[in-house]
Amino acid sequence: MRLHCFALGLIAGLIGFVSTAHAFVAEEERLFDVDNPSATLNIISTADLDIFSPLIEAYQERNPAIRVRYVTASSSELMKALFEEGAEFDIAISSAMDLQTKLVNDGFAERHVSAETGSLPAWAKWRDRLFAFTQEPAVLVYSREAFEGLPQPTNRDELIALLRENPDRFNGRVGTYDIRESGAGYLFATQDSRQSESLWRMAEVMGRLNARLYCCSSQMIGDVADGQLALAYNVLGSYAAQHLEDHPDLDMLQFKDFTTVMLRTVLIPKTARDTDLAGQFIDFLVAAENRRLIEDLTGLPSIDPAVLQREAAFRPIRLGPGLLVYLDQLKRRTFIRAWLNAMVQP
Amino acid sequence: MTTVHARGSLRRRLLLQLLLVAAILSVALYFTVRALAQQAAETTQDNILIASATAISEAARAERGQILVDVPYSALSMLGSIAEERVFYRVTANELTVTGYDDLPMPPAASEVGAPVFSTSIYKDDEVRVAALPRRLTVGDETVILTVLVAQTRLGLAAVSLQISIAAAAAGVGFFLLSGALSWFATNNAMRPLNRLAQSVERRGPQDLSPVETSAPTELVPLLQSLNTFMARLSASLARTEDFIAEAAHHVRTPLATVRTQSEIAMRSVRKPENKQILREVIRAADESSRSAGQLLDHAMVALRSDNLEKERLNMKDLAQDVIRSISPTADLKDIRITCSGSDTTSSVEGDPILLQNALRNLLDNAVKYSPEDSRIKVEISEAASTVQVDVLDEGRGLGDGDRQHLTQRFGRGDNVKDIIGSGLGLTIVDEVVRAHGGTLVLTDNPEGRGTCASIALPSA
Repeated sequence: MRLHCFALGLIAGLIGFVSTAHAFVAEEERLFDVDNPSATLNIISTADLDIFSPLIEAYQERNPAIRVRYVTASSSELMKALFEEGAEFDIAISSAMDLQTKLVNDGFAERHVSAETGSLPAWAKWRDRLFAFTQEPAVLVYSREAFEGLPQPTNRDELIALLRENPDRFNGRVGTYDIRESGAGYLFATQDSRQSESLWRMAEVMGRLNARLYCCSSQMIGDVADGQLALAYNVLGSYAAQHLEDHPDLDMLQFKDFTTVMLRTVLIPKTARDTDLAGQFIDFLVAAENRRLIEDLTGLPSIDPAVLQREAAFRPIRLGPGLLVYLDQLKRRTFIRAWLNAMVQP
Repeated sequence: MTTVHARGSLRRRLLLQLLLVAAILSVALYFTVRALAQQAAETTQDNILIASATAISEAARAERGQILVDVPYSALSMLGSIAEERVFYRVTANELTVTGYDDLPMPPAASEVGAPVFSTSIYKDDEVRVAALPRRLTVGDETVILTVLVAQTRLGLAAVSLQISIAAAAAGVGFFLLSGALSWFATNNAMRPLNRLAQSVERRGPQDLSPVETSAPTELVPLLQSLNTFMARLSASLARTEDFIAEAAHHVRTPLATVRTQSEIAMRSVRKPENKQILREVIRAADESSRSAGQLLDHAMVALRSDNLEKERLNMKDLAQDVIRSISPTADLKDIRITCSGSDTTSSVEGDPILLQNALRNLLDNAVKYSPEDSRIKVEISEAASTVQVDVLDEGRGLGDGDRQHLTQRFGRGDNVKDIIGSGLGLTIVDEVVRAHGGTLVLTDNPEGRGTCASIALPSA
């Protein structure tokens, strides 16, 4: 009977997006209005408004009659909106590849095939329902001042060694994602754990240095820029790059042992009201001739197989059922517990 | 003569049957290839599913009374390696879900521990193949049955099946075309002995009754033997008939000669003119009968010799003159002059002298018989490119208006000669001899006025 209760408890306590009955929480919402709109494109996205606005405007320049409603939410709230609440969106853009994969796998995405999606490399799409349009490496963002007099680390082992040897300098000044809250953070952490055992040593060291946990990249980068943090581990490089110019003290590096590369993906939810319009928007995002433009407008590196060829350390996260593994209820609970045990030390 | 109607064709029949067999085999090939390939594809999917289920099952353990399943990354990622299929899994302990998709259907039949069960069902709008792998797990102090279910959609399999079906169909069509071509060759090959036999029979002249000596396949041997037996019987029968005729003619001629002789003797002793007239009629009738019997004998001989010609080089003019000499006593009785013209040396042919003499004699006999008294018969021998032609021109009553074709038939006579006794065999003999020598007999009206022109043309030597 105890087993029975246990199993029921597990079912009840699914990944966090199952239990609550409240509507999903949107962070920002903006209507890109036009005169005499012929249609409205509803987008839910994890990408910040200020990053995506130029892109939306470029899209509207080409499609002047389309009104765009852009809603941002965290990846887990996005999942909640689509997976549980059936919120009506024509487009879902997320950096949480695992959750996007689950949406597609569980039948929450519409199929879309076009010449533009055909131009994508095979690894940048899955089942003609999930399409990647950026490839963003996870990087270390650090303050030059904080590292003064220290050799610049090139891989994780060197960073771990530096942190261990200089507890005074780094105590309370290292930051990383709170993987309980951040979908991208969980994805990076799980991918790290697949690549090497150094994740656990890293968590151990960071925990000892009273690491600060963040929900989002932007806050973390801001705190490094402010000097509150000496370094932020596993930050989306594309976000960091935008701050480098304004903050000369800020720098970022890609580890030479391996650098996880996240693909930002887009899909058409089953609840989409206008799938044709949504398909057209996806074509705009993935078209080979628009890649340069998107990179210039958003600062997000677009799909480019040549870069992956060149950077030997780049490990793009592979789209596919493997991503479902870390969404497993038991697996996730075990992983987070282990991570917290290392990261949050009494 | 009975006409043989062609009903169907052996060749076509054989070809059609071979094609039918080829078609049946092609269809069978199509279904076999498709079934095997599909089975192979399904087996591949089943194997991956069971590998995945095994990996998950091995990662399950019990800790402090709780079941922990650390799903290995590879367990699910391996399922994405072949096709982009949807993947579902579920782990149950005594039918209660531990983790995964809790509405994934359990297999209909429970299986023994350690033995995987596969089933196909519809889940989340798609057909899925489900592998279920049960094992025992001790949790605290109780043993539970832990079942790992791994499911994968079969959309890729459907695409593969379609591809395989197309390939199998192409193979089937190819096989059919190939066997069609081979059937055609095989049919032609199989029909060749039959065709050869038919041709060799067809090539034979109507007189040729010798056995068909072509070697033949076993199946044709009975037919060939029957044919040969039939030929032999026919030949024997013909020979007997000819013998009989010759014998009969001989037996008729001898008493006729006696009748004639006795009649002449009697004529000398009778005085009354009416009695003399009666006896003259008797003598004339005996002569005609004797002549007919002679011709019957000739015909039988011609028929016999035609089958087996004894050819030698002959000068047609010498031959004609010999015949003219032998017939001139009869002609003299009617004051008929026979002239012979033509070159002396070159008009030579290859032939049987006795037969050719016989033919010429018959022609001249006819000419004398139908010519009026005190008339002339011309024999002209000429030579064309490759033939030697002998024309016999008389000033008789001509051929009449009837069908000339039947004049050369056995016992056929002209409509205008009913008053003259004749056997109707003369021209038949001529025709047969000329034919046996590869020549032709042509009867026309005499171009010089009344009378007939009988021409025989023989290939020159």
